[in-house]
Amino acid sequence: MTDLDSFRSDTRAGLEANCPPEMRQPMRSEDDACWGGRNWTFQSDAQRQWLEAMAERGWTVPDWPRDYGGGGLSADETRILKQEMARIGARQPLYSFGISMLGPALLKFGTEEQKRRFLPEIARGEIRWCQGYSEPGAGSDLAGLQTRAEDRGDHWLVNGQKVWTSYADKADWIFCLVRTSSQSKQGGISFLLFDMATPGVSTKPILLISGYSPFCETFFDDVAVPKDQIVGEVNKGWDVAKYLLGHEREMIAGMGLGSGGSLGAAMRPGDPLLRAEIAAFDVDALAFGAMSERFIAMWKAGEAHPASPSMMKYAGTELNKRRNELVMAAGGSDALEWESERTRGGQPARDWLRSKGNSIEGGTSEIQLNIAAKHILRLPGA
Amino acid sequence: MLLTDDQKMLHETAASFLSDEGGPTKQLRHWRDSGCKDGFGHALWRQFGELGLTGIAVPESHGGLGLGVTEAALVLEEIGRNLTPSPFLTTALAAARAIAGSAHGDRWYPPILAGEAVLALAIDEDRRHAPEQTALTAERRGNGFALSGAKQFVVHGASADMVITATRTAGARGERHGITLFAVPKGARGLETENVTLADSSKAARLTFADVELDADAVVGEVDRGWDPLSRAIAAGRAGAAAELVGVAAGSSAMTLAYLRQRKQFGKAIGEFQALQHRAAHLHAEIEIARAAMLKAAQLIDSGDEQSELFTSVAKAKAAAVASLAVREGVQMHGGIGMTDEHDAGLFMKRAAVLGELFGNVYFHRARVAELSGY
Repeated sequence: MTDLDSFRSDTRAGLEANCPPEMRQPMRSEDDACWGGRNWTFQSDAQRQWLEAMAERGWTVPDWPRDYGGGGLSADETRILKQEMARIGARQPLYSFGISMLGPALLKFGTEEQKRRFLPEIARGEIRWCQGYSEPGAGSDLAGLQTRAEDRGDHWLVNGQKVWTSYADKADWIFCLVRTSSQSKQGGISFLLFDMATPGVSTKPILLISGYSPFCETFFDDVAVPKDQIVGEVNKGWDVAKYLLGHEREMIAGMGLGSGGSLGAAMRPGDPLLRAEIAAFDVDALAFGAMSERFIAMWKAGEAHPASPSMMKYAGTELNKRRNELVMAAGGSDALEWESERTRGGQPARDWLRSKGNSIEGGTSEIQLNIAAKHILRLPGA
Repeated sequence: MLLTDDQKMLHETAASFLSDEGGPTKQLRHWRDSGCKDGFGHALWRQFGELGLTGIAVPESHGGLGLGVTEAALVLEEIGRNLTPSPFLTTALAAARAIAGSAHGDRWYPPILAGEAVLALAIDEDRRHAPEQTALTAERRGNGFALSGAKQFVVHGASADMVITATRTAGARGERHGITLFAVPKGARGLETENVTLADSSKAARLTFADVELDADAVVGEVDRGWDPLSRAIAAGRAGAAAELVGVAAGSSAMTLAYLRQRKQFGKAIGEFQALQHRAAHLHAEIEIARAAMLKAAQLIDSGDEQSELFTSVAKAKAAAVASLAVREGVQMHGGIGMTDEHDAGLFMKRAAVLGELFGNVYFHRARVAELSGY
């Protein structure tokens, strides 16, 4: 028996012993996800037990170093863990922007002290993070942001406004892009971390067309931030931001895909023309799934183009929008119900409308195509 | 999903050989414009042999490399990129896999290895690919069989030394059981061959079988159980055609991108216009997705995975659709020059159309994906 074989059998036994039956049921909606944080109310004992059991072994972040709360697993071991979780239908124990976005940036750009301070509490789901990037005047042109951080000797003084801050009203801390110099557009941006409970921070949820409010407006009014809570150097925050956006795009590209399986098998379209469109979609979705597998393998082996997450984000989000359009078409008038039990509170329609944001958030499809044209295709003037 | 070092080396060998020897002007235009009856050069085919490429799918026990569909796909991607006319797909991949483990392997592997033999597959009987619908009859007669019926879209059929022919010996159209494969030698009595030139100037034959008598040892595999070797050949053919289509798409797109950088209008390179940049970037993403789907299908076939049939149809459908997009964008973005015979853009368009149809078109494979997914 190889080491990996014994790792697999130990992992299988560990998951069998620790994953409560309820956590092996598919999530009924986004509301079933566990996000953790200071204000989190567990929906059940099973949800709490599952998070604690996984965090105990560092398996909420299996490939992070053990010193920072991770599992210290190799790429092969991480893959086996994921396969074994999928085998029993185990839910992801923790959804977290700390894991998917801030963590990788801290691992690359953070000081040793910052890594030891922030990463373990992310891994255990104790602190929930939000991302302060977009502003009313800085969307696709993100580097045009105006939120200021003034150097006041022993602290930064932050003033300004963010928008589209995901779950800002539920988050404990924010990683935030601020302007520390007006001399240069990209070269005047810094990357700050601060507590959302700091005096001067306020949030206001934005009601979306889906009826959900996953995003907020976030206001900073004379917010004092300790000097050691900057990641990377002053005015070098754009490098951190870009690195993190790569991870965000990877995450968004995979949203809603791969987990769903064949759309046609789920929808059983009777109409032959709809069946044909759904079959065309299933071909594209399965092909994109193959691309995702290949992209991840190439990324880990250092063979992927640095701008390839933009391509994945573009293709994955456009596909997810198409999927939702077809779900609505196949659902007919049933799918239009907004509040009924039958539709679990209008799930198909709300998901359909929510998916429209996929190709806007994290950089629009048009921005991703610009990036691919410039950095991958090297077209002139791009 | 990553290539091994050996596979990367093979890919580089094929790329450098084919870009030197197989380019559109050097091979395709030469044989087209000289009116060659085969549509490809035998000297080049022997060079494939000298490099060992014809032996990729030939078992090691017969002196071949004993490799898989994945390795053949890497060669086919380069064939597509360079529009190289050759019988590689039909002879060295599909037919070589059909005769694996049979006495026909002993007979045909040596000349395949040498790049001397050309083998073809006669499957389609109608304008649409539908192998289960095989109706060409093979009646028992004496110690052998007599074949009657017709085949079409037999690629390299008129140049072939032997044509592997799908016939029906039992069962009804639509059934896999009752299909029998025969190795039909060139010039068999009662076999009439019409050599047809296709849009891309490649050659495919229409074959008419009028009581063609064959010995029992002409059977490939077992009587009534020809689906086993036929499905091996078809799976490899579909994945291989997908690989060649990915190459066609990549070759066409590379040419278009070069033109976007070089062609000036309104005082700047047309590649500076965002309207074209976004279309070029979209196409690039689609080609990468098609390549990943094709490699996954090839790898699943090689590992004998039960999902290989599904992913082979995904790969063929996706690659054909993407190659079609690539060549349409190629002609459009080149403007008027793309409409001229002198320019290569049209050659890519014609090749994509033929490969798109070969071993089942986009609609055939989308329907297969639906059926295999249970709807």
